[in-house]
Amino acid sequence: MRNIYFDHAAATRIDPRVLKRMAPYLTKRFGNPSSLYSLGREARAAIELSRKKVARVLNVNSEEIIFTGSGTESDNLAIFGVAKAYSDKGRHIIVSKIEHKAVLEAAKKLEKEGFEITYLKVDPKGLVDLREFKKALRPDTILVSIMYANNEIGVIQPISQIAEIIQKFRIGRSIFHPFFHTDACQAAGALSLDIGKLGVDLLTFSGSKIYGPKGVGCLYKAKNIKLEPMIVGGDQENNFRAGTENSALIVGLAEALELAEKLREKESKRLMHLRDYLIKNILERVPKCRLNGHPLKRLPNNINISIAGVEGESLALMLDKHGIFVSTGSACASFDLAPSHVLLAIGLTPEAAYGSLRLTLGRNTTKMEVDRVLKILPKIVYKLRNISPSPFARPS
Amino acid sequence: MKIKYKYKYKEESWVYSRIVKNHFFHPRNVLLDDAHYKADGIGVAGSPTCGDMMIVWIKIDKKSRKIKECKWRTFGCASAIASTSMMSVMVTEKGGMDIKKAINLKPQQILERLGGLPDRKFHCSVLGDIALREAINNYSKKQPKKYAKKRK
Repeated sequence: MRNIYFDHAAATRIDPRVLKRMAPYLTKRFGNPSSLYSLGREARAAIELSRKKVARVLNVNSEEIIFTGSGTESDNLAIFGVAKAYSDKGRHIIVSKIEHKAVLEAAKKLEKEGFEITYLKVDPKGLVDLREFKKALRPDTILVSIMYANNEIGVIQPISQIAEIIQKFRIGRSIFHPFFHTDACQAAGALSLDIGKLGVDLLTFSGSKIYGPKGVGCLYKAKNIKLEPMIVGGDQENNFRAGTENSALIVGLAEALELAEKLREKESKRLMHLRDYLIKNILERVPKCRLNGHPLKRLPNNINISIAGVEGESLALMLDKHGIFVSTGSACASFDLAPSHVLLAIGLTPEAAYGSLRLTLGRNTTKMEVDRVLKILPKIVYKLRNISPSPFARPS
Repeated sequence: MKIKYKYKYKEESWVYSRIVKNHFFHPRNVLLDDAHYKADGIGVAGSPTCGDMMIVWIKIDKKSRKIKECKWRTFGCASAIASTSMMSVMVTEKGGMDIKKAINLKPQQILERLGGLPDRKFHCSVLGDIALREAINNYSKKQPKKYAKKRK
């Protein structure tokens, strides 16, 4: 029996086409891109070509692309970098409550250093309230960071509308800030990353979610924005990120992004179809269960449900026994033993958050796999509800 | 491109011990039909809001004052389910545990029998013995006073 991998929001399997392009830079083309001789120049050329490829997908200039070590690092660089470089203009930052920890924890760290952070509420469907956002903007706001699509509930935020509001705010006061950063780690490969349409000033994505390698991320930064580097010790990446470039990973990231962009529209349509089929059938076959997040404005591959009366870790482990790999927002499965902050932010009770399950489909997902999950999941829920004391969970 | 894998890494061992795994997938003494079960004592511990909640039903032999049956239901993670299951086995095995001994059952004892739990999961094993104590107290309260005095 083959395993069913339904956790593509956590990691994706590297595409063989991507791996093939990377391999030479791990072996015979191992040179340091900063070296003068041909071996080094070769690596430099590969990196610069990769930069161009990424820039083409994002519809920006290649000087505006910074390669980093992960999505988290890019998020950190954007937030700390802008905050430190513009602290003379203001010390106020706006983030949403459902950001990834890479943004939230960075914001919390700045809060300790004396910055003022507004944590924007989201509605029960997971969308940022634009009216509230407008009210939160202040002349001393230097940075806004709102994620493109959420990693847990897959909700897609109205990024271009938010960018428009910021643009109007800037023009109205003739100032250059606040700058707008968006974490697009989950959106990459599923939604358009055209900066011209999105209107953001900074954008983060990483290799591990787009069928590329782990350990490589990318930050787009509009040319005119200053950034205080976090890692120093070399003039790589335009002085924004010191350290010898990992040519293989960078080549892999660019290749993966280009490929994902090529497949995007067709693949999104296919996944959306499977997603809706899965959601509809789970809700039908498993009594007392609900979908978390907006039903339409969500990633084509994301399903997040709460099942009353059962606990997510138990559920995930039982599914693991059947070779089905999923993830949960339950506290019992996390290291800090707290339920998912995203699920609590959209108004779920802790109990519902404990019973949450996230299924994320991917490029290799087939209808057969979906049907198998649909067959096994209700049985497991039945079994766990049978040993659960919650009276409402008891099958009648 | 062909890559020959010379080394094969073994899969990371399961989060929990073999015994925990066994009790999680095959829980013992679960009470499926509580409506028709005549328990001598019932104990509840935890609440679903904090992630774990369980109910324990016990039957006690009045003469020997030993636990004859210990049934339960748990809402919680694998370690909570396994530790309740193990506790129910511990108090009923070998003709049943004396209630005096059972009331002093420590989570450490359950933990030992389970072959340990990850540190952060320790609290999951605490609820079982609390529920058991509640159930025994519930039973004791129902007994005639004379009997209760005798116990002292």
